[in-house]
Amino acid sequence: MDSWDRFVFTFFNAQVMATYLPRIVEGFFLTVQLALLIVISGLALGLLLAVVRSFGIRPLNWLIIFLVDLFRALPPLVIIVLIYFGLPSLGAAPSGFVSTWISLTLVLAAFAEEIVWGGILAVPKGQWEAARSTGLGFATTLTHVVLPQALRLSIPPLTNRTIAITKGTALGSVVAVAEILSVASGAVGFSSNPSPLTLGAIAYLILFVPVVAFGRWVETRFAWKR
Amino acid sequence: MIRRRTRVAAEPVMTGPAPIVAAPIVAASGIHKHFGALHVLKGVDLAVAERELVFVIGPSGSGKSTLLRCCNRLETPSSGRIIVDGIDLLDRHTDINAVRRRIGMVFQQFNLYPHMTARGNVTLALRKVLGKGRAEADEIADAALARVGLAEKANAYPLELSGGQQQRVAIARAIALEPRVMLFDEPTSALDPELVGGVLAVMRSLREAGMTMVVVSHEMGFARAAADRVVFMDHGLVVEEGPPAQIFGAPEQERTRAFLRQLDH
Repeated sequence: MDSWDRFVFTFFNAQVMATYLPRIVEGFFLTVQLALLIVISGLALGLLLAVVRSFGIRPLNWLIIFLVDLFRALPPLVIIVLIYFGLPSLGAAPSGFVSTWISLTLVLAAFAEEIVWGGILAVPKGQWEAARSTGLGFATTLTHVVLPQALRLSIPPLTNRTIAITKGTALGSVVAVAEILSVASGAVGFSSNPSPLTLGAIAYLILFVPVVAFGRWVETRFAWKR
Repeated sequence: MIRRRTRVAAEPVMTGPAPIVAAPIVAASGIHKHFGALHVLKGVDLAVAERELVFVIGPSGSGKSTLLRCCNRLETPSSGRIIVDGIDLLDRHTDINAVRRRIGMVFQQFNLYPHMTARGNVTLALRKVLGKGRAEADEIADAALARVGLAEKANAYPLELSGGQQQRVAIARAIALEPRVMLFDEPTSALDPELVGGVLAVMRSLREAGMTMVVVSHEMGFARAAADRVVFMDHGLVVEEGPPAQIFGAPEQERTRAFLRQLDH
C-alpha cells in the first residue's frame, strides 16, 4: 500500500462512509434545525435589544450593556456547560439541544445587538432631524428612517457573526447533541477510521456555503441603488 | 395642487415687501442657548410676520443656525419664549410633533432618506404624520415635486440626483405638508455654484406664492433682491436689522459694515 492509498483508505474510506452516511445525514438535519433556531431567535433578540437601547432608558441600557458584554466575553462552550450542568440544580433540566440553542442564541443576540446598535449610531444625525422636523415621532423615525439604513450597514458584519456563531452548534457535541460533529466523531470511534469526519466536513460545507452565499445576496439586494 | 391655507387668500393682495401686520407667525423673545460652557445665543428676539421673508446673516459661529433650529425645537433654548402660529413651543404640554408639521425645514446637507425615492421622501410624513392613504400621498407628493421642477424625478433615489436636485426634493418634502412657515438653514452652502440658481429659483417662487420664510444664508444677492428684512447677528446677538436696502446700503453698526466689507473681498 503506497502513501496515496493509505491516505484514501484513512480519509475517504468508501465502506466506512457508506456505513455511517445515514447517521451523518441525521446529524446534518438536526444541525440545520438547531442552526435555524439560533439564527432566528438570536437575530430577533439582538435587534429587539438594539431597538430598546435606542430609547435611552438609563437603567434598562445599563442592564443591556452588562448582558451584552457578559455574553460577548464568555466562551460559548462555558455558557453551554453552565446551562446544561448548572440549571438542573435550579430545578430546570434543559436537554443538550435546548442548552446549546439557548446559549448560542444569547451569544448571537449579544453580538447582533452591538452590530445593529453601531449601525443605528452610524446613521447621520441629519436623518433624525429631517424626519423629526416633518413631525414624525421618535418611534416612526426609528422604524422608517433610521433602522432601514442601520440594518443595511449592519448586514456584512452581521452575516459574518451569524456564520461564526452558528458553527458553534458543533459545541453541542459536548452535551450529547447528536449534531454533525458529535455523530461523526462517534463514528470515528466505532470504525477506528477518520473517514466519517470527512463526511462531517462535507456536511458542514453543504450547510454553510449556501448561508455564506445568502449573506452575499442579501448584501447586494439591500445595497442602495446608485 | 398644493394650496396655502385659505386665511391667506382672504387678506388683501400685497405687492412688494409685506408690512408687518397682525400677530407674527414666529415670535421668539429673549432666547438664550448654552452648549455646555458655550453661550451661543445671548437673548435674541425674532418676530416674523405672515408672508414675510426674513434673512438672517452673520459670521459663522454667530448663532444664526442655532436660532433657526430653536424655531422648531431641534434645539431647545436654555431660556426664552417661542410662539409659532400661536403655539408655545417650549410649553411642556405642547405636542411638538403636531407643531413641527406646520414648520417646514430645509437643511444644508439636504438630509434626504437615501433608501427611499424622491416620491418616498415626500410621502413618508404625509402618510405617517397626516395619515393619508398611499394614492392621495403620491398625488400630493407628485404635485410638490412638480412645484420644484422635478416631476420627472419622482422615482429617482437621492444618490441619482445632483445636489441641487436633492435640495429641491428636500424643499418638496417640506412644502408638501403645507407649513405655515419655512426655515432654511444655509440651503445652498453645500452646492456647487452652478446648482445654486435652481434652488434659489424655487425659493423665489415660494416667496411669490406668499410663503412665510426665515432664511439663514450667505446668498447676499438673493437677500438683496427677495428679503423683506435682513437680520445681522454676531456673537449670539442681533446687532442690526432692517430692510435689505438699509442693511446692505447704509448699515448703522460698525460690526455690520465690517462683516459686509469682508464679503466683498
